[in-house]
Amino acid sequence: MSDDAVFEFLHSELINYIISQNEGKSKEGKDEDLSNIEYIGFSTGYRIIERLTKEMPRFKDELDTMKFICTDFWSALYKKQIDNLRTNHQGVYVLQDNSFRFLTKLSSGKQYLEVAPRFVAFTCGIIRGSLANLGIGCLVTAEVQNMPSCKFHIQVQRT
Amino acid sequence: MAVCVAIIGKDNSPKYFCCLNPDEELGFQYKVLSSLDVVEEKLNTTNKGTNDLRELYLGMLYSLETHKIYGYVTNTKIKFIIVVDSTNMALRDNEIRSMFRKLHSEYADIVCNPFYIPGDAICSKSFDVNVKNIMTGTV
Repeated sequence: MSDDAVFEFLHSELINYIISQNEGKSKEGKDEDLSNIEYIGFSTGYRIIERLTKEMPRFKDELDTMKFICTDFWSALYKKQIDNLRTNHQGVYVLQDNSFRFLTKLSSGKQYLEVAPRFVAFTCGIIRGSLANLGIGCLVTAEVQNMPSCKFHIQVQRT
Repeated sequence: MAVCVAIIGKDNSPKYFCCLNPDEELGFQYKVLSSLDVVEEKLNTTNKGTNDLRELYLGMLYSLETHKIYGYVTNTKIKFIIVVDSTNMALRDNEIRSMFRKLHSEYADIVCNPFYIPGDAICSKSFDVNVKNIMTGTV
């Protein structure tokens, strides 16, 4: 129980740190620069996937890998599985989590909707890093419409 | 006990190499690198075939007069190769498998070290010691 909290504290402190670092920089446009958080997530994902796939059989194909991300991977990080996985079978996957761990601690109204991207950037990076190490290059974006639920769009890059 | 352990990266470049007898290293490098073709072949045929060969451990790649070569490929396409003396009858398939599993744990630990950059050659003293222990079977 207590080690769950440690991860959440570290994550929110990481965001605070990056945001405070950004403050000095000149602001162009209204979008915040979250690329650093995303990059930290990327290298975390790239490393942690080696440990998480250690006991797994070899993945058959891309969909098999995505199923792993939705089940074992998600429960290792967020203590629950993805609620909904959708795909168009052409390299686009949408993962929906109805109560995303980093958002459940925030008020579920509209109040904090505009800071929500901060809390999903790290996870986007983790997904991108993990898939990159498994040999799937992709773009990951997140979408938050109603507060504790979150959708991750994974777009696989075909060469 | 194994005489040589090698870790080969995604792009088939050597990341780590360790032999019990340093004088024979060149010969082992040759043997290990030539076994990579067999690894590739095994990976491709298991993908096509419906047989349930989805285990990370690939089994014996090939045997020479003096040595036997075993392979293992992780989900992240990192290849582990272990070379064993042919005269050593004590090593069964299961022992080799558990050696690979220990090696994989060591590798996962080194990858999670923030000072190690994935894709670089591995040079860590503790990793050296642990791999030597796995080779000689003292763990």
